Amino acid sequence: MNEKNIAISAKSITKHFGDFTALYNVDFELRTGEIHCLAGENGCGKSTLIKIINGVYQPDPGAKFSFEGKLEKKQILPSDAKRLGIHVIWQDLALFPDLTVAENIIFDHYVAKPFKLINNKKACSDAQIVINQLGIFLDPRSRVGDLSIAKRQLVAICRVIHAKARIVFMDEPTASLTKKETENLLAIVRTLSSQGISVVFVSHRLGEVLDICERVTILRDGKSVGTFPTQGMTQKKLTSLMTGLDIELTKRNNSNFGPTVLELKNLSRIGEFEGISFSLRKGEILGLTGLLGSGRTEIAHAIFGMTKATSGEIKIDGEAVNFKSNVDAIAKGIAYVSEDRLRLGLDQMQSINMNSAVTVIGKLSKPAFFLHPAAIRALCTDWIKLLKIKVSNPALPVSSLSGGNQQRVVLAKWLATKPKIIILDSPTVGVDVGAKVGIFDIVRKLSDEGMAIILISDEASEIYHNTDSFLVLKSGRISFSMKTSEVNEEKIEGIINA
Amino acid sequence: MFHLSIVERIKKKGTDALELYSIIIFLIVSILFFSLISSDFFSLRVFQSMAFQLPELGLLTLAMLIPIISGGLNLSITFSANICGLSTAFLIKSYLPDFGVLTVFLAFTVGIVVGIFVGALIGLIIAYVGAHPILVTLGAMIFLRGLGETITHGGDISGMPEVFNTIGNSLMLGIPIPLYIFLAASVVTFYIMQYTKIGFSIYMVGSNPDAASYSGINTKHILVFVYSLSGALAGLAGVLMLSRFNSVRIGHGYSYLLITILACFLAGANPFGGFGRIIPLVIGLISLQVIASGMNLMGASQYLVTAMWGGFLIIVMMLRSPFLKKN
Repeated sequence: MNEKNIAISAKSITKHFGDFTALYNVDFELRTGEIHCLAGENGCGKSTLIKIINGVYQPDPGAKFSFEGKLEKKQILPSDAKRLGIHVIWQDLALFPDLTVAENIIFDHYVAKPFKLINNKKACSDAQIVINQLGIFLDPRSRVGDLSIAKRQLVAICRVIHAKARIVFMDEPTASLTKKETENLLAIVRTLSSQGISVVFVSHRLGEVLDICERVTILRDGKSVGTFPTQGMTQKKLTSLMTGLDIELTKRNNSNFGPTVLELKNLSRIGEFEGISFSLRKGEILGLTGLLGSGRTEIAHAIFGMTKATSGEIKIDGEAVNFKSNVDAIAKGIAYVSEDRLRLGLDQMQSINMNSAVTVIGKLSKPAFFLHPAAIRALCTDWIKLLKIKVSNPALPVSSLSGGNQQRVVLAKWLATKPKIIILDSPTVGVDVGAKVGIFDIVRKLSDEGMAIILISDEASEIYHNTDSFLVLKSGRISFSMKTSEVNEEKIEGIINA
Repeated sequence: MFHLSIVERIKKKGTDALELYSIIIFLIVSILFFSLISSDFFSLRVFQSMAFQLPELGLLTLAMLIPIISGGLNLSITFSANICGLSTAFLIKSYLPDFGVLTVFLAFTVGIVVGIFVGALIGLIIAYVGAHPILVTLGAMIFLRGLGETITHGGDISGMPEVFNTIGNSLMLGIPIPLYIFLAASVVTFYIMQYTKIGFSIYMVGSNPDAASYSGINTKHILVFVYSLSGALAGLAGVLMLSRFNSVRIGHGYSYLLITILACFLAGANPFGGFGRIIPLVIGLISLQVIASGMNLMGASQYLVTAMWGGFLIIVMMLRSPFLKKN
């Protein structure tokens, strides 16, 4: 490999917060025009490192920074970061939804010259120049709030380019994009790199990381594991470097299935899905996959009684049901783990205790008008033990837990209802690699115990390793239906994205 | 850094304990302050006068707290209270002979039932129309005021049977009867909020209605209950005011409206819903009353008392800010 210029080199970075060591003696080096990945599980110190390089935090004494081989510094101040063109695009993008695309892109002008009048025409033409530079299509006059997430991402990229970025950190840029949108984004990242801009990519999707990045720096528990070229690296090796564990993804063994518990016959809901028929047996894991917006979640909502199908039938244990709301569905033994854990799965501000008991408060009230707080605490303690949830104090808000542990709390609150059927809607979104395995261990154990499970996921690997059979949805209809044992992972990947 | 670590340590104790400690400290400080300044402060007379004034504001504040915990607000509490008072007075004066003590029981029943009716209507609109509680209760507030003024021609109804005066203005075992009523209402509300399924659900609906609904809580029923309970407490306050003043006027206690909101926030209720406890609220109310009575004793005007209350809220918010979560 040619010796490229070093855009930034950071040496011996240590950062303490109180007693907690967020980073210890970490080195990080980025070449000009390189696409570099920063990998590691949640809480490993990625964000802290980004914030130190971006000037938000100051490192403990002893750190050394240099830029393009010169300009030695002991710390980076926000003003330095700005001057050197270091920018971060956080996952939430930090755009102004009520402003236009152009206003968002040239936003820096507003900040730099707060009293200058705004020339709308010039704003649009300036923005257009940046848009053209990236070779994308965006209307500078449209309101950012009206755009899709993928387009907003592009606006955020245009903004940093307009601000003359040399180094761009992208935090989970593909987390909420479809496969196609992701490919578009990766193409743009390559364009940036070809224009000499260095990009640091933070992503949980390891396939993507290996695909686009030249090198990867791995952090674990605040320490650097090292920087490796991605050539010759495999997902498996990357995972074991990140977690320090050798994670062997195993394929689920078909167990014996019991009688049919759930049957859908020609279920349709206008505008969402059409003619959905399938059946689910006791102890079976059925995969439901397809792109975002293919009707996966909508079907789950109909089964869970959140919405009403316009035609067709849902049978539970051979008996047709007609749920007025999800209260009826829960009473019939259906549980639904929402894809949106942050907003719908848990009440982030309330305690772990309350979140784990919310589905069974009626049962915990003994007599009916007396709900003892001790009963709630006991239930929560039991589930913390059973599902091995890492909790320091169950009275703390559930938001204090990591993604994987939060997802375990969601499982706990639904398992507490003793369901017959559990629908898992994208249960590993925002969950670390190591924690994902843990969650699927629980899921498999449940199915071994006779639970009927529907697993909604758009990750071929999850479908391949954990289901007995799966359905692929396309525009609200079932386009494929097959036994998992008859296909391989690559084939599933191909079908989903066909 | 040092400052931060203390904050962290207190945070670990949990916010509930924190609210309780801070409000108790607030009460102790205000009692100490006034007993040092005025030697008359520690007297039975002062405490009894405080205990007579507290219950009305107290009941109205409970009526405000429940909707705030559910993520809303009830701006119609004072007018609801007086509509209940008016209905009761009207019924008793026009249709009923004096049954003695029985009349009082009847009066409270009528007042509470009317309060539940008004509250349930408000709750139904909020739950099923989905309009914001501020808008719905603001509409209800202005509607009830106009209604009350129309019925009374802007005046008042007075001349209740003597037994009302007894309930409103006499002592039992040295303690004013209204205080018993307030404490009983606080205990019932405390029980509902901390020890029942419905109270649990109110907290969950308050902080995240969508998550609550996905978890199988019927959020609409909960909202109807919240405003019915708020109406019942307002109705109780209305009949109590009727017996204290031996008269009822639609504008009675209107100045309490914003004070009730202040008291809720002073006790640590979250303006966005989901948090707020009864015990800190009761202690906070006592503190406010201590400040009011103490300042009266020093000869300060009621206007200055109001200013002090506002000032205290701001100070408490500032002291609390390092402990508040950013989200």
